[in-house]
Amino acid sequence: MIDLDEIDRAILRQLSEDAGLSASALGKRIGLSQPATWRRVQRLEEAGVLSGARLDLDLAALGFGVTVFLGVKLGTKGRVSLADFERAVSAVPEVQTVEHVLGLYDYRLRVTARDIADFERVLRRRIMTLPGVANVDANVMLSEERLAGPI
Amino acid sequence: MLDDTDRRILRQLQADPRLSGAELASRAGLNAATCWRRLERLRERGVLRGSRAVIDWRALGYSVEVSLRVTLDKAVPRAFEDFAASVREIPEVLEIQTFLGQVDVRLGLIARDLAHYQTLYRDRILTLPHIADLEALMHVARIKTDETVPL
Repeated sequence: MIDLDEIDRAILRQLSEDAGLSASALGKRIGLSQPATWRRVQRLEEAGVLSGARLDLDLAALGFGVTVFLGVKLGTKGRVSLADFERAVSAVPEVQTVEHVLGLYDYRLRVTARDIADFERVLRRRIMTLPGVANVDANVMLSEERLAGPI
Repeated sequence: MLDDTDRRILRQLQADPRLSGAELASRAGLNAATCWRRLERLRERGVLRGSRAVIDWRALGYSVEVSLRVTLDKAVPRAFEDFAASVREIPEVLEIQTFLGQVDVRLGLIARDLAHYQTLYRDRILTLPHIADLEALMHVARIKTDETVPL
């Protein structure tokens, strides 16, 4: 685990808004030279703090009008292979994220679809047929806000 | 509307948002100038909003991640607005999503450890306005996180 100072935090804030910033553009915004900025970014990458980038797309404009969060409960524990389920669910293209959770459900999935009819198809053909699935609870997302986090 | 070339560009960029212009063009099978023009047009139309760095909070010492599923008190007008405004004051909250379904709001929350989570839960979460019901899912592992869509 690495300690961050104010400059590191400013770099993380800037890059979480725009990961495509060059070291010189980033340096200008935070008042640091290009080589110094580059070294800082390198250090954050090596420490694993910056773990990649995510494309920010207007999903509705691309025809993906519906995002649904699914809570999945697997059947009789011990008889179902978690690894089999995880492999199969990760291979479904409409499934964006898979999280193994403790609580009411075993897995939480984020699923994207063109519309509700398309979602129903994904649910019936791709999710309900996964190995071990006993129960699925669906919540259709209406809005989403991502915050900067504790930096 | 998007054509196959646009989709090809976005597919490649989605797989690796930090590709250089030249590398992206070659993977999409285009010359650099065409690829650049296409990207510009996707940006102008707002389809491509940019890319955001992904921060690995574990590398910064946040080992606990919890999904809080909140039902709000529907008898109160502006319950969501009040609730959301207070949530935005909590730095450890990374995501706020609203839903159509049994759950009204989901918060993605991180904490350094369970003791820290307990403090956050008691002092910041339980004191939020207009909560009718609250339920927590503890994240065990992230199985798939790329958040890509089948373009």
